[in-house]
Amino acid sequence: MAQFQKPAWLDNGLVRWVDHRLPIFTFMSHELYEYPTPRNLNYWWNFGSLAGIVLVIMIVTGITLAMHYTPHTALAFDSVERIMRDVNYGWLIRYIHMNGASMFFIVVYIHMFRGLYFGSYKAPREILWILGVVILLLMMATAFMGYVLPWGQMSFWGATVITNLFSAIPLVGDWIVTLLWGGFAVDNPTLARFFSLHYLMPFVLVGVIVLHIWALHVHGSNNPIGIDTKGEQDVIPFHPYYTVKDMFGLGVFLVFFAYFIFFAPNYLGHPDNYIEANSLSTPAHIVPEWYFLPFYAILRAVPANFVGEWVTAWMGFVLIEAKLAGVLAMFGSIAVLFVLPWLDRSPVRSSRFRPMYKWFFWIFLIVCIVLGYVGAKPAEGIYIVIGRVATVWYFAHFLAIIPLLAKFEKTKELPKSISEPVLGGGGGAASGAASKPMEKA
Amino acid sequence: MNTFGKTLVAGALVFTVSMTGSATYAAGDAPHAPEHHWSFSGLFGTYDRAALRRGFEVYKGACAGCHGLRLVAYRNLMDIGFSEDEVKAIAAEVEVPAEPNDDGEIEDRPALPSDRFVSPFPNDNAARAANGGALPPDLSLIIKARLDGANYVHGVLTGYKDAPAGKKIPEGMNYNAYFAGNLIAMPPPLSDEGVDYSDKTKATVAQQAEDVVTFLSWAAEPELEERKRMGVKVILFLLLLTGLLYVVKRRIWADVH
Repeated sequence: MAQFQKPAWLDNGLVRWVDHRLPIFTFMSHELYEYPTPRNLNYWWNFGSLAGIVLVIMIVTGITLAMHYTPHTALAFDSVERIMRDVNYGWLIRYIHMNGASMFFIVVYIHMFRGLYFGSYKAPREILWILGVVILLLMMATAFMGYVLPWGQMSFWGATVITNLFSAIPLVGDWIVTLLWGGFAVDNPTLARFFSLHYLMPFVLVGVIVLHIWALHVHGSNNPIGIDTKGEQDVIPFHPYYTVKDMFGLGVFLVFFAYFIFFAPNYLGHPDNYIEANSLSTPAHIVPEWYFLPFYAILRAVPANFVGEWVTAWMGFVLIEAKLAGVLAMFGSIAVLFVLPWLDRSPVRSSRFRPMYKWFFWIFLIVCIVLGYVGAKPAEGIYIVIGRVATVWYFAHFLAIIPLLAKFEKTKELPKSISEPVLGGGGGAASGAASKPMEKA
Repeated sequence: MNTFGKTLVAGALVFTVSMTGSATYAAGDAPHAPEHHWSFSGLFGTYDRAALRRGFEVYKGACAGCHGLRLVAYRNLMDIGFSEDEVKAIAAEVEVPAEPNDDGEIEDRPALPSDRFVSPFPNDNAARAANGGALPPDLSLIIKARLDGANYVHGVLTGYKDAPAGKKIPEGMNYNAYFAGNLIAMPPPLSDEGVDYSDKTKATVAQQAEDVVTFLSWAAEPELEERKRMGVKVILFLLLLTGLLYVVKRRIWADVH
């Protein structure tokens, strides 16, 4: 059986000398060797550490790219091509970084949906969840600015569209846009400050991730059954059990990642970004990177007049333009995640014991995919209708369905403990499913 | 894997597939160019060396008059089988501004292998002026800058057909089956026997199109062969490592189950 023991190397003389002055080794022992982790975590729990590793890959490749990149509108595009053609293994470093951004979002989106499915955002992990949403926002800002740096057509026009959104903010909108641009259009000052901030933000991310992990380690991981651990029989030390499981998961992930880097490096990108930015020639369709498409769909889903009037009618005195309403909807789609722990008052965490929420979770996932699909399509015809319906559903899921389910859903009986799920009675099928990942693991 | 797992994996696959199928690219209303078999496609694809050399001859004879290749250096031709002397001779055919001499004057000198391909026009305005207002794009990245680039460029090169009845072709434009809007300013660039191949291959339009697309694919992705070779090794290594990690994981977890 799993043992919670301090590692033998803690008794080493030098280690003890250092530890007495800076208890870094005690810290490591405490957070890895003695850190209790639920014994029933399935492979969906791999994606948190995976996200951390992708961030490290992004920082390492990014710092290397920055050694060769020139943040100037006249030189940026060519400097990227120089990396691709003349820098030793420059193509490799750049393709890792470029596809790494997509991988980061894939991993983090799975990580988030796992949290939604198993109720990881509920007490006492609300702050942990909120920090995660902050991480998502920082990632989005970082990725957006990074995409501008190669100074291709989509870089330029994406930057133009997105920065222009801020002009919808009442009173200070124009001022903010001028600040973002460093002038009166997306131009050299914009590129320079985006480069500077793109370099800075990942380190801010690291800081927030430290807080995220700190918050995690206070109460430990949630688990597929979603009940609290009730003693030694329910937990195993993080190291070596989850370190090796994470390593195995990392191997599988790297195969997936490597396929894109070496055999489909531009599959997730847009061909227009291999055309140098030209402020006089607008691409036929300006589309963001795939990981922003659902939010882009929400932005565009707001009708020109309808919501403006609707919101005006409700607020009475505040006149909101359609553009602002769209921007509010887009930011609202993330803002709503911040309050999710208080929207969902159901005491049961895991979907395994929430027969109705489970269905709505899957519908919600499909709605997000549909939004992504619509975001890639031109805003015309049937796509407008689908986009609006999906947007309404997105918000209804959080603001109506989840609060109502908390009130009316009849949840299944929870097992007594993680180690004895079968003895719980009633939840036979569910507990069978719960033990399955362990058999496989 | 539980239901959650299966469905999420399925969802991810559907998502990936739908994203690529659905992304709207600036392709206008032209039909998608037909799939062509390329020596460099697939996991183990490499550029056909003879096609590269012929493709360079087509580029030089049929394209270079209007289209630049500014990101490729003459020395890069040595990577695809041109000898150093050949490259020196190719470079020396054009002149570039030299460094200021002792009197501070800038004279022209023959280009060196280290120079990049000299573009046919000094700037975009000059290019437009010489081409009835249309801008012939630089071809360095054309294959990557178009959706399904190799098939697309091949389609355009071989897509000059008689316009359907009733389609009005304005002065200075040509009908093309695969170009966005079907109207292209570029006159048909390739003609049978329009290029003399040094290897005596019969220079049909189809042959030239295939060869020049191969050459331009190399120009856009000179790292492709090294990338795929390395990719095979990396993935084999990762599969082995992952297999070993799985075994280690089973062993370590043995006492938990």
